[in-house]
Amino acid sequence: MNDNKVTLEEKSKYWPVHTLSLGITLSLFWWINSNYSNLLLLSLGAASILLVLFIAYRMDVIDHESQPVHLSIKIPGYLLWLTKEIILANISVVKHIWLGNSSISPTLVTIDASQRTDLGKVIYANSITLTPGTVTVDLVGDRMTIHALIKENIDTLKAGEMDRRVTELENKC
Amino acid sequence: MNILLEIGSGICLLLGCFLCLSGGVGILRFPDFFTRMHAVGVTDTLGAGMILIGLMLQNPTGLVLLKLLMILLLTLFINPTASHALAKAALRNNLHMVLDESTDKGGDKPSKP
Repeated sequence: MNDNKVTLEEKSKYWPVHTLSLGITLSLFWWINSNYSNLLLLSLGAASILLVLFIAYRMDVIDHESQPVHLSIKIPGYLLWLTKEIILANISVVKHIWLGNSSISPTLVTIDASQRTDLGKVIYANSITLTPGTVTVDLVGDRMTIHALIKENIDTLKAGEMDRRVTELENKC
Repeated sequence: MNILLEIGSGICLLLGCFLCLSGGVGILRFPDFFTRMHAVGVTDTLGAGMILIGLMLQNPTGLVLLKLLMILLLTLFINPTASHALAKAALRNNLHMVLDESTDKGGDKPSKP
């Protein structure tokens, strides 16, 4: 019972901004996909958004993990950097595809992640997977198993640039 | 202005096609499941991205742009999750893995010295 109270208090501290963020996202999603502007359909859309918000509230999924609004200031910079990394990795992988099997050196290693929160670890693991040439195979605690197409990819990861950037992103909150 | 957009769109579409083709060639060429997954990564990220950007340039004003942007975002969010699930399932089922002989198989070193 006591535990329940604490989570409720924490929730009331968090949920207005997260509910607002979810509501705006849903409205945009509805409007982009339908593009209707007559009153009947708009009100039906609003009703369905409210229903979804209510269901999400009852399911207890509106929190800082499903709506990471606290990251929104720093995330554009990180995404720009990640895009640059993805383009570079793509060029490297395409080069190795056309060079053939003799040029690749598949590697499986375990590395440490320095993020504290689950959200940070997920961002780091997903960034690694999104970059062609490296895939996060497993994540236990703060140790990640990573499969890489080329050995140099692992060296780049171990240099820790991406790790540092994700930790910075997470620490801002 | 219009001709510039057309040319840009054409270049993006061509690049996207080349990247998707490379991904397909990679799937056929690479030796095992895990390396093939990396080849698919090219098609997933920059291949799809370039084709979608090319299509966006075809119609830079209007709702189609927003819809294509949404598709791009959703693709970028969904793909790593799917790749991770596939890789994890393959590893758990002890799928045959081709590893480079010269590398240390354990490789259990921390990322920081």
